[in-house]
Amino acid sequence: MTMQEGRAIAAAMGTPAAMGTPAAVNTPVSGGRKPNGPARRFSLGRWLLPVYTALALVFLLIPIAYTFIFSFNDSIKSNISWRGFTLNNWLNVCNAQDVCSAFGNSILIGVTATVIATTLGTMIAIALVRYRFRFRSSISLLLFLPMATPEVVLGAGLAAEFLGAGVEKGIGTIIIAHTMFCISFVVVTVKARVSSLDPALEEAGRDLYGSPAQVFWRITFPLLLPGIVAAALLSFALSFDDFIITNFNSGSATTFPKFVYIAASRGIPAEANVIASAVFLIAIALVVSQQVSAAARRKRLARVG
Amino acid sequence: MAFSAFASGTVQEQAPRRKSRIALLLLLPGILYLVLFFLVPLVSLLITSLQAPSALGDIGVYETAFQWQNYVVSITQYGDQILRSFLYAVLATVFALIFSYPLAYFIGVKARNWPLLQNLMLVLVIAPFFISFLLRTLAWKSLLSDESAFVTGLKALSLLAPDAHITGTPVAVVFGLTYNFIPFMTLPLYAALERLDTRYLEAGSDLYAHPFTVFRTVTIPLSMPGIVSGVLLTFIPAAGDYVNASREFLGGTGTAMIGNVIESNFLVQLNYPAAASLSIILMVVILAIVTVYVRRSGTEDLL
Repeated sequence: MTMQEGRAIAAAMGTPAAMGTPAAVNTPVSGGRKPNGPARRFSLGRWLLPVYTALALVFLLIPIAYTFIFSFNDSIKSNISWRGFTLNNWLNVCNAQDVCSAFGNSILIGVTATVIATTLGTMIAIALVRYRFRFRSSISLLLFLPMATPEVVLGAGLAAEFLGAGVEKGIGTIIIAHTMFCISFVVVTVKARVSSLDPALEEAGRDLYGSPAQVFWRITFPLLLPGIVAAALLSFALSFDDFIITNFNSGSATTFPKFVYIAASRGIPAEANVIASAVFLIAIALVVSQQVSAAARRKRLARVG
Repeated sequence: MAFSAFASGTVQEQAPRRKSRIALLLLLPGILYLVLFFLVPLVSLLITSLQAPSALGDIGVYETAFQWQNYVVSITQYGDQILRSFLYAVLATVFALIFSYPLAYFIGVKARNWPLLQNLMLVLVIAPFFISFLLRTLAWKSLLSDESAFVTGLKALSLLAPDAHITGTPVAVVFGLTYNFIPFMTLPLYAALERLDTRYLEAGSDLYAHPFTVFRTVTIPLSMPGIVSGVLLTFIPAAGDYVNASREFLGGTGTAMIGNVIESNFLVQLNYPAAASLSIILMVVILAIVTVYVRRSGTEDLL
């Protein structure tokens, strides 16, 4: 997921489906329908929309299917024409060493940037919801602006700063850049969770003579954890797929997207498709299992309540 | 909405007065980080954009100056690319909106009674996010290449001239931008339509309004926050994108956008002042468009 994609995810957050609560169902008012009213008039429209939706979703999945299928291609150098089915690419991913080391760099950068951004962002989110302070609106603006700035400007800006300061670009500068654009997304994600937290729970902890640290680690933190985990996953996904900002601040270091960009002119090895497909399957598995566990929790709550 | 996520005025009012020293401690590291690696870069971009070539004439070495003419040079030299960026971005935004609205409407309104199906369709909408952005663009490059079944089929049906191409043309670039940013449009539209109270639509049809009139006068205005959010989320990254338009991906010789020019000036030609001034121009134009657009469409609580 690129940074821009995080913006879209953040935009959809706060909807019932994303929050894991059942959607508000507006049951139609069944009475009062006119006998020849609109219910009958648009029978074509009734089929048009579902069919369109199905076709649109298939369209969105075409390049994914292509990437996945060509990860099994028995390719020699470039992976453009189909030459036969093989599992070799999946079994020997690291035969293409450049791909593998770029992938390793991406993981290292993603994990480091995620840890830093999640820590800093969570602290900001807690402060924003729980405390009053001056310059609140300027701080909100400062958190909002990185999400509204084109990536190419963020990348060129940081590169200009590093250039002026004489910093040599490498993995360290990539981590600095990724942490920067992840912070805002962590704040948005965790803030939603902090706002929904019942302050009475923490008051109860204090009433029972819990020290502030005890209250935080035993009450606040566990309750915030789902939000923090979601923010961390989002950060990692953003960092892992970022290309534009990385390209400006990487120097000679390579990440997985940068490898793909450079290799694009002379042909992408099938191993790159393997890595992308594997990452895709893991991400989808995570999302689906989250959905299933949320559904199970809803059912349990419905039974208890 | 991402663009109103920081607006929540209600939370502010409810926030209890507590020791601001703890708040400072919580805020300081993160805010300092953003100042150092977001604000300072913007300032250094501004300084770089005004630099003049070094007196010794070395390539890639510049001195601090106040060479505002850099902006004039950039605009005259790259006027085509600047205009093209905004044209492509506008087209991609319009196509993405037309593509996404029915999709988001079906997921958010029609599929309400089946939450499982609704969630499944949402996962499918964001599925492209989970496969590398560059690889999915390259996938389209292969699927639209001259040897591909799609293009040869079009040529066999005489829908495309025998010597015509799709990749390397503006059509392919706008197509790529549209495809890559469709989920950005669909998600906020879904978020708005999901909250749409269908009783308003019934009230409209009960008053004998034609379904199209109901759609135009009820559905569209009620989903306006989603449209605004989606348009911004699509337009901003599309205008600054340089992957789709790059020659190794879907673009060709005549499709370079402002992002491509910034990249080549910064990383290849080492002409930092030109790259910086173009970045500043891009940022200013986008901020201006966003401000005007938000004012016009009446949702002023975005910031």
